[in-house]
Amino acid sequence: MRECFNPDVYKKDWQYQEGDLTVTRTCQWSAPGCHQGCSILFYTDKDGKLVKVEGDPNSPVTDGRLCMRCLAMVEAVYHPDRIVHPMKRDRSDRGKDKWVQITMDEAYDLCIEMVKDTTEKYGAKSICTGAGTGRNATWQSNVLGHGAFGTPNDNAGLLAGNCCYTPRMQGMNAIFGNTFIADCGQLNEARFDHPEYRRPDLFMIWGNNPLRANADGFFGHWIIDCMKRGSKLMTVDPQVTWLSAHSELYLQVRPGTDAALALAIGHVMVEEELYNKEFVDLWCYGFDEYKERVADWTPERAAEICWVPAEKIVAAARLIGTAGVTTLQWGVAFDQNKWANGTAHAVALLQAMTGNIDNPGGFVCINFGYVQSDIRENVAKGLGPEVRKDRLGDDGNWGALNAIGKGGHAIPEAILHAAETGDPYPVKMLFLCSTTAFTNMAGQAKRVYDCYKDMDHVVICDLFMTPTAMAIGDLFIPMAMSCERNCVRGWYTPLRSIVKVTQTGEAVGDEQMMLELGKKMNPDLFYWDDVPEMLEFCTNNMATVPIHVTMDELREKVIIYPDFEYRKHETGKIRFDGQPGFNTLSGRVEFFCNMYNNVGMDPLPYFLEPPESPVSTPELFKEYPLVLTTGRRCWQYFHSEHRQLKSMREFHKWPMFAINPEDAAAAGVKEGMWCVIENSHGKAIEVAHVTDTMMKGVVSAEHGWWFPERDPEEPSLYGVFESNINCCTVQGDFGPSGYGSSYKTQLCKVYPAPEGYGETFEQQFADHYKA
Amino acid sequence: MAQQGLLIDYEFCTGCHTCEMACKVEKGLEEGEFGIKLSQIGPWKLDDDKWEWDFVPLPTQRCDLCKDRLAVGKVPACVHHCQALCMEFGPVEELAKKATKPRVVIFTVEE
Repeated sequence: MRECFNPDVYKKDWQYQEGDLTVTRTCQWSAPGCHQGCSILFYTDKDGKLVKVEGDPNSPVTDGRLCMRCLAMVEAVYHPDRIVHPMKRDRSDRGKDKWVQITMDEAYDLCIEMVKDTTEKYGAKSICTGAGTGRNATWQSNVLGHGAFGTPNDNAGLLAGNCCYTPRMQGMNAIFGNTFIADCGQLNEARFDHPEYRRPDLFMIWGNNPLRANADGFFGHWIIDCMKRGSKLMTVDPQVTWLSAHSELYLQVRPGTDAALALAIGHVMVEEELYNKEFVDLWCYGFDEYKERVADWTPERAAEICWVPAEKIVAAARLIGTAGVTTLQWGVAFDQNKWANGTAHAVALLQAMTGNIDNPGGFVCINFGYVQSDIRENVAKGLGPEVRKDRLGDDGNWGALNAIGKGGHAIPEAILHAAETGDPYPVKMLFLCSTTAFTNMAGQAKRVYDCYKDMDHVVICDLFMTPTAMAIGDLFIPMAMSCERNCVRGWYTPLRSIVKVTQTGEAVGDEQMMLELGKKMNPDLFYWDDVPEMLEFCTNNMATVPIHVTMDELREKVIIYPDFEYRKHETGKIRFDGQPGFNTLSGRVEFFCNMYNNVGMDPLPYFLEPPESPVSTPELFKEYPLVLTTGRRCWQYFHSEHRQLKSMREFHKWPMFAINPEDAAAAGVKEGMWCVIENSHGKAIEVAHVTDTMMKGVVSAEHGWWFPERDPEEPSLYGVFESNINCCTVQGDFGPSGYGSSYKTQLCKVYPAPEGYGETFEQQFADHYKA
Repeated sequence: MAQQGLLIDYEFCTGCHTCEMACKVEKGLEEGEFGIKLSQIGPWKLDDDKWEWDFVPLPTQRCDLCKDRLAVGKVPACVHHCQALCMEFGPVEELAKKATKPRVVIFTVEE
């Protein structure tokens, strides 16, 4: 615990009294979002009402810290817009605010009727479940789909090319045979005092702003902890971030050209022998082929492609090659371009060349805590092959790796195709848990909206009325906030309790809803009496959670760290057969990737131009002279969440895009001006932030915007298509693997919005939030 | 009683707004009201390779170092939650002893 905290005040008991209030130590893992599971203290009063939150000082995970969104917890839990009772609406009233409150039993019965109707008419596989990314809502809906509805068709929010972490995960499995993460000392309870641990000498922070994103179980400010202990940074990003302003070396790169940059860095590392020869000799496969591949990737060649000066590329190679212990913290920029596999391969190999693989402070192998997929697989085991059969996307038409059909989920493009065409069978019912699809992550948002609104039945499980729910929902099941549910947090390390401390209305946790509905539909499979019993089964039967613990024990311990070992490739701890080496086909880190080769993909890292770019579509570029990258992160919002919160809107009122001053001047755009971002796919209207931190020739736009203060009904739908940057993105342009999509590599033009646009917005905002 | 203050190691302040929000929640402040407010240096391009971009949170007249929290053995809400762990509080004489590196500032605050 940090020195400033008083251990008599912040007790280690899982629950204790502080004056009139009960304090519960647990973990906050959605709702509200994000990916992180920060350690929190929930303060409840004698009526069981949540009064306030603080960060838990006794947690080595976050040391008492919380971000601004978590600090707004009470505001979120008791927000007047929150839906806390089930509601139904006649299908003919979709898009109108004509919801009618019903009981939870009626809601479950109605859902079952919808499932039966769909199954009788089309078969159960015509039901598709959806789950919001990274929240504690990613397994319940698909377990319910598999186990109760009888459908294997699950996905997130029609995120094209599954382009969020999945391509990198798949890439790591192909190249390294496992998943690797940056080691910031988060793997052991003793953190920086662990005898084996040492901080990285150099972070390669590539294609993400981890301080804001906190993605994939990685708390971004762990990097700051390491910087204070001497870690240096190298950043690669089209825009200067705080991290790049504090870097030894910052490379400002054109979106979608990271692979070219990495191949040229690799070229210099090979030429100047700036790599760990022992590691490459002992543990790597196909280095000669790699050397051939990078031979003509001179810094000068890459400089022209990436818009990065050649001398900086050389400097990067020298920095990476001589820094000592390096690690890689990478982000969705790798996934959100068509050539995701080639890009991830190219950059991961730079890390491999340094030899900093599974060593303290390096890029470490983690196979702990995939709670979501473990539970899904456990349930699926009891189902037999029939349910999984003919899953959408398993027919071989959706990329070389998806053809194998072993991925965890149905393929978004295959679902969209089936829904639009009925091929190979129609999609007629949606069961959506904390996912808003065309409000947030679905590429080509209006196309997805057009398709979804034709569904026979749509069940929405969510916290607030969303544009998606208003547009297409027939049944609304109100979901619990994190403080209103019992659950368990895995996703890497450590294992954390999620403890219910309060109840609001009839809101149910995702797992409670899953169990209650599951019991009604398939009681043999969903046999547990209650959620804690079910969770105990889950935590004690999971492939990636080697901890046997009762829910009572976990609640009392709050946080449990599994044993973590370094250099597992040396000790035989990561191969399927217990032999030393990596869990790849060659047993080594694969510079030449056998898996890719076997399915007809390029076995070596490669660069190709994005499908639309200044180089690949010069005619289009004349009309749309700026590169558009979407999905820029901010402190206040997790995807499309939190827009109701007055506190967050005070800090960040309107959707924003960044543009370089020269580009702004050429377009007649000024700071704070509502502007149209337009390309051949559509347009979105956001507010300009004119800044020379943004690369010239590139604009970076936020996603997930809708406006709780605007008209909820059709055609407005809370203004969901006004500022929706996914009106400018696409579906179905995945790479050869089936992964990747061009969310960060579009073209666009920018011009001021029509005179008077936005004039009423301030007043609407003021009226809505004055209470 | 010794003068109390806040030490900010603004080499590491990332501008995450946690201090502002922690304060607003603790003090029940309304829109436009702040007990601590971020200020920003830059972002300025210094030369081809370097940028200056720092944040410094400034305590306002509303700041009393969370005297109600201090009374029950807690630290100010901003110091507690700061994501960069770049804030400390205490008697300024003690804080001054810790100001042994560049880009540290100490604010005195009326309790």
